[in-house]
This record gives sequence, structure tokens and C-alpha cells, in this order.
Amino acid sequence: MEIIYILLGIILIVVPLMLSVAYLTYAERKIIGYMQVRIGPNRVGPRGWLQPIADAVKLMFKEIIIPTNANTFLFIIAPILVIAPALAAWAVIPFMSGWVLADINAGLLYILAMTSIGVYGIIIAGWASNSKYAFLGALRSAAQIVSYEIAMGFALVGVLMAAGSLNLSQIIQAQNGSIFHWFWLPLLPLFVIYFISGVAETNRSPFDLAEGESEIVAGFHVEYSGMLFAIFFLAEYANMILIAALTSTLFWGGWLSPFQGTFLESTFAWVPGLFWFIIKIALFLLFFLWFRATFPRYRYDQLMRLGWKVFIPITLVWIVVLSVFILVKLPPWFV
Amino acid sequence: MLDLGNYLPILFFIIVGLLVGAGASIVGFLLGTRKPDPEKNSPYECGFEAFEDARMKFDVRYYLIAILFIIFDLEIAFLFPWAVVFKELGLFGFVAMMIFLTILVIGFIYEWKKGH
Repeated sequence: MEIIYILLGIILIVVPLMLSVAYLTYAERKIIGYMQVRIGPNRVGPRGWLQPIADAVKLMFKEIIIPTNANTFLFIIAPILVIAPALAAWAVIPFMSGWVLADINAGLLYILAMTSIGVYGIIIAGWASNSKYAFLGALRSAAQIVSYEIAMGFALVGVLMAAGSLNLSQIIQAQNGSIFHWFWLPLLPLFVIYFISGVAETNRSPFDLAEGESEIVAGFHVEYSGMLFAIFFLAEYANMILIAALTSTLFWGGWLSPFQGTFLESTFAWVPGLFWFIIKIALFLLFFLWFRATFPRYRYDQLMRLGWKVFIPITLVWIVVLSVFILVKLPPWFV
Repeated sequence: MLDLGNYLPILFFIIVGLLVGAGASIVGFLLGTRKPDPEKNSPYECGFEAFEDARMKFDVRYYLIAILFIIFDLEIAFLFPWAVVFKELGLFGFVAMMIFLTILVIGFIYEWKKGH
């Protein structure tokens, strides 16, 4: 009986997530289109609303090419290794007070583990393809992901110090109060670094050197086609939504209402927490798209310098500053 | 405190994640056309014939970054439990971690001066 509830819960998370991924691709093309004074997809269905469905169906019927020189087994297993952690990480995300599939004590550690596993799929994909572009893309991607993983980890240490718990629901509870009690304010540098590292971790523009269309064509997935390519695509967008959800959970109060502690609190008391959570996720996803539309791509040495010589020193310093804040019990956050 | 029952959904979620990936691949293999062709199956190099094996030598600095990553990731693994209980540890925990971070920073400065 319990197993049925668990499976039902998983379906309730995965199906909306897949739909969000589909419509995130649509939103991306539309929004970037408008930012570049185009109108984006507008042919399939009213205003192009059916475009993602059409894309998915098209990809299903496309040929899956397995290059002669590739390691067939690793080639097929790599996309599965990328999508599984991108989905499984959602198990510990609290959507609303009490609405969490696995309310575990080591939630944040689990997230850190899951987001690190994805890089294996990328390395395996690049290696198994046995193509120069794929190999270069995988090398770049691996070095980039591990570099930004450190800055991300240090940012998480700051969150842990402020919240005193690894459990994501308790981290949200620790931000209870008002919009100024949310961790974005005392952890402002860490929040900025966490989000930018998140953009880098998901290989999104302006850190998309692993895919760099204009230099190494598509990077690690250049040899992939059809559904296998679609899985990589799905995983990338699921990871974007995950980073947006984590940023809102850790720094922007998750399901907490932004009107808490103001005169509007009772007016908006009827709005479910899930609504605020989705609004926050959508806002951070907009930033992902906005970055892509406005910033030129980094050069590889600039990328490495930003990760190692800017982000890591700042996070280290802020961890020390934060421990002083906590020691002197700085109000209103650390009373 | 530790309830293993809470971890059951995670096991299921990982299995479902693998199944989603495997299922999508199977759908692709079943529905997709299959017309192999030696030209089509050769590695993509912008239209040129592939002229050497792709498993070439790569810059050793990629390897160094991986090693540096392991060191720093271990530091994070040490910082995590400390950060969770920092509020209870108080001044003692602060001093202990500052000593640890100082050693870390000395290593970091060394790497920086070496110039990787």
C-alpha cells in the first residue's frame, strides 16, 4: 500500500516536471525571440502552443545513429545516467509545508550527491562517441562542472550554518518571518555565487563552452540523434528547473509567502505555498533565459579564473564573516 | 532518529529515473527509422574524413583541475557537519574551523602562485 502511494507521488512530480520542461523550451524560444525582436515559434497550434509537442513527436521518429567507432553500450547508457539523477534529485524538494516525497535528514547532502553524478554521464557520452568534438566537449564540461561544484559547495555551507540543518523543509522553516528573514539578505554574496555556479553547472550560456555551437558544434552530444539526444535535452532543462527550485528553497524561502509580516499577509493567506514556490522558480528560470539572450560566451581561461580565483575566495571570506555574525547573534537572523 | 523508511521513496525515484531514460531510449529505437550507412555512421568532423583516432592526448591541466577538485571537495565534506552544528559549538568551533581554513587558504595561495 505504501509503495503505491510512493509511486503515485513520484508520478505527481515527474509528469508535471516533464510538462514544465517541454514548455520551458517553448518559453525559452518565445522569450529570447521577443528579446531579439523576433516572435519565435508561431506556426504549430495557436501562437505556437503545440510546438514542444510537435518537437517531441518528431524526435521520437528520428533515426538513432550509433557511430561505427563508438562503444555501443556506453553510448546508449550515457543519456540514462544523465537523466536519472536530474529526476531523482526532486525526491527531497519540499513543494509546500508537508508536501515532500522523502523528508530525510540528509536532504541537502543528497542533492549535492545527485547533482554531482550527472557529470559521469557527460564524460561517458563524450568518451563513448569517439569523436573529436564530443571528446573536447566532455573534457571542458567535466573541468567546468567540478570547478563550479566547489563554489557551489561552499555556498551551501553558508546555508547550513544559517539554518543549522540539512533537511530542506527545516531550512525553509528557518527563514520564516518576512521577506527580509529569507537567507538572500544575510547570504547575499553566497546567493549570487550559488545561482551563477548553477548556470555554469547546467552548461547554460554564458558558460556553454561544453556545447559551444560555434566552435565544437554541440560538444559532448554531437554524435547523438533522435530520442537519445532528446534525453540529454530533457535532463539539461530538468536540471535548470532543479537549480531554480533549489535557489528559491535555500535563499528565497521556498513556499513562504513574500507578504509575510506585512499588512498584506492576511489578504494573501488563502494562496497556497505551492503558488509562491512556482512563482519563484519561474522568476529564476527567466534569469536563465535572460542571461542566454544578453551575455556573450566566456573564454575558457576566463571561466576557470572566475570559478577558482573569484568565487572560491569570496565564498571562503563570507563563511568567516557569517560565523562572526552567528557568534555575535546578529539580529534579526541569528538570534 | 534515523528512519530508513524515509529513504525508500529515494530508491524508487532513482529506479523511476533510470526507467524514464531507458523507456525513452526504447521508444526511440522502436519508432525511429534505421538506415545505417558507412558515411552516416562515421564520426562527425564537419564533412571531412576523420583523419586520426579521437582518443588523443589531452592537456595535463585538465587532470590537475580534477585533483584540485578532490582536495577542495573533501574540505567541503569536512565543513558540512561543522556547519550544521556551528550554532551549538560556539567560540570553540569557530577557532577550530579558522585554524582548518587557514591551512586550506595557505594551500590555495600556493596553488594560485604556481599559476594553474
